[in-house]
Amino acid sequence: MTVRMDKRFAAVKAEGRPALVTYFMGGDPDFDTSLGIMKALPGAGSDIIELGMPFSDPMADGPAVQMAGQRALKGGQTLSKTLDLAARFRETDNDTPIVMMGYYNPIYVYGVDKFLDDAIAAGIDGLIVVDLPPEMDDELCIPALAKGINFIRLATPTTDDKRLPTVLKNTSGFVYYVSMNGITGSALPDPSLIAGAVKRIKGHTDLPVCVGFGVKTADHAKAIGASADGVVVGTAIVQQIAGSLTKDGKAGPDTVASVVTLVRGLATGVRAARLVAAE
Amino acid sequence: MNETPKPNSFRSGPDEDGRFGIFGGRFVAETLMPLILDLQGEWEKAKNDPAFQKELADLGTHYIGRPSPLYFAERLTEHLGGAKIYFKREELNHTGSHKINNCIGQILLAKRMGKTRIIAETGAGQHGVASATVAARFGFPCVVYMGATDVERQAPNVFRMKLLGAEVIPVTAGNGTLKDAMNEALRDWVTNVEDTYYLIGTAAGPHPYPELVRDFQSVIGKEAREQILEAEGRLPDMVIAAVGGGSNAIGIFHPFLDDADVQIVGVEAGGRGLQGVEHCASITAGAPGVLHGNRTYLLQDHDGQILEGHSVSAGLDYPGIGPEHSWLHDIGRAEYVPIMDQEALDAFQVLTRLEGIIPALEPSHALAEVIKRAPKMRKDQIIVMNLSGRGDKDIFTVAKILGMDM
Repeated sequence: MTVRMDKRFAAVKAEGRPALVTYFMGGDPDFDTSLGIMKALPGAGSDIIELGMPFSDPMADGPAVQMAGQRALKGGQTLSKTLDLAARFRETDNDTPIVMMGYYNPIYVYGVDKFLDDAIAAGIDGLIVVDLPPEMDDELCIPALAKGINFIRLATPTTDDKRLPTVLKNTSGFVYYVSMNGITGSALPDPSLIAGAVKRIKGHTDLPVCVGFGVKTADHAKAIGASADGVVVGTAIVQQIAGSLTKDGKAGPDTVASVVTLVRGLATGVRAARLVAAE
Repeated sequence: MNETPKPNSFRSGPDEDGRFGIFGGRFVAETLMPLILDLQGEWEKAKNDPAFQKELADLGTHYIGRPSPLYFAERLTEHLGGAKIYFKREELNHTGSHKINNCIGQILLAKRMGKTRIIAETGAGQHGVASATVAARFGFPCVVYMGATDVERQAPNVFRMKLLGAEVIPVTAGNGTLKDAMNEALRDWVTNVEDTYYLIGTAAGPHPYPELVRDFQSVIGKEAREQILEAEGRLPDMVIAAVGGGSNAIGIFHPFLDDADVQIVGVEAGGRGLQGVEHCASITAGAPGVLHGNRTYLLQDHDGQILEGHSVSAGLDYPGIGPEHSWLHDIGRAEYVPIMDQEALDAFQVLTRLEGIIPALEPSHALAEVIKRAPKMRKDQIIVMNLSGRGDKDIFTVAKILGMDM
């Protein structure tokens, strides 16, 4: 675990609440707006930032994240620029953990060793690479762990008790529980099912378990946060950005502000979560 | 007794992790991992199950119409004045292409696994038609994802799929071609893991697909090898096939890989030329990368973003290639060359006029390479080409390009 990630989970635990993990696509709709959004997230109540790396063929993502990636690529975003985004953020914030999330090919083409060195230099704390299951750990997971970057794995409803140890073996930072089989942006399943799944995973690991896929409102965040160590919100933020753009897809006057408003509401939700659990 | 594979064999891949050298692998989301591990387990069992093999063989004979003939193209041979040219007539199969060989095999696997719904991706529509056909034959509901561009340029196949009871979903993302259809099929699969079998049409994707598709398609090469030995008393000097994802090619190549004197040539779509991005020559003009579950040669930019590519043939319009081809290229066992749209269109017409066979635009690429090479070869040399599909589906495309009024 990097110190930042460690400290942050300890801090929210001390506050008796789950962490709010916010995802946005790096470079959507352009580099500067994206940096503005990223810088505004901690103040709005985000505890951990997931920084999306755009990819032309995001096979596990729904339409909202697909389009965000297309906008970013159209705006000239590259993996190198996404690393730069993190580095610029770090100039003013050295506490909020940053997890880069995306697909393997841009990293593979960039070069794994060079990528990890540049990621460390940019202040990255963890990686989520959707298309690298444990069977492919030699590609990036093992080299990342060796260099001190967390490799955060997704666990899904298809990850049964037999498979969980395989999935958790080289996982660090936290476990990202994908609340349903499907793509990002689908509907939220029953929170009681999720609570059961979180409990099951916690039987296998001491790592924090964060839950994502389908969390869109403060009420969702509150409900999920009752059982999880963290609540991940992605599609709702990406849609908020999309809705704030001008007709030709450029940043609107309220793009950053509208994301802040949404995240503030979600932050209220996670802060109320354990109160619900205690009732 | 366990036979250890010959150390110099080109036919022993992939390894247990699904790798052919550095290529192949299992680059999928965690949700899909348990599924492809199940599939691998079921495939291992089915491979060694005589009842499965018998059912496959019976359907091959009575439903597909196997063996397909190996035809000596006498007039084309005379016309070119060089090597003797034989066609492996996969276009005579039920549904009009080699795709049915794989579909029959995979639907039997789906049945064994207790799946109740079939999804497939298609480019030219040949795989979609073959999938819809076997789904009808075995009583499965079937959803076919097809790029919107391809839906338009392969209208007859779309109608065929609908007649067979399949639901065809046009995919508008990207350029609306095979790559985008495959993304969408994967999204469906990841959402419907419990009941759905993903019937991949080419020898690509996560392990075990490249292996099992190759094994189902290898019937082409096995038959061709026996047939040429019977017709000529010797092996051919060259085997040629068109390569998009590469299932027809690996099917005819694989049984010949350890025959050192047989030259193996794969033909990629050169589109409008290799200098720009309007082609699909993944090996000739691409670089290794990871897409759709495997590492292989891909058309991509310096940032690892996948390019769209172009080919006049919807079936070759894919920015990647099966991982075994990438490996065969890297170790030098097979040679991969590009053929341009125009050369393929010319070859299409040559074959139609000289042999009375209307080929699909995909094997027309292989044919164009035959037309280049045969005249430079001796008359006692032999080329076997995989005539992988018939061209009925392409007549509207060709008419449009030739400016003919239909």
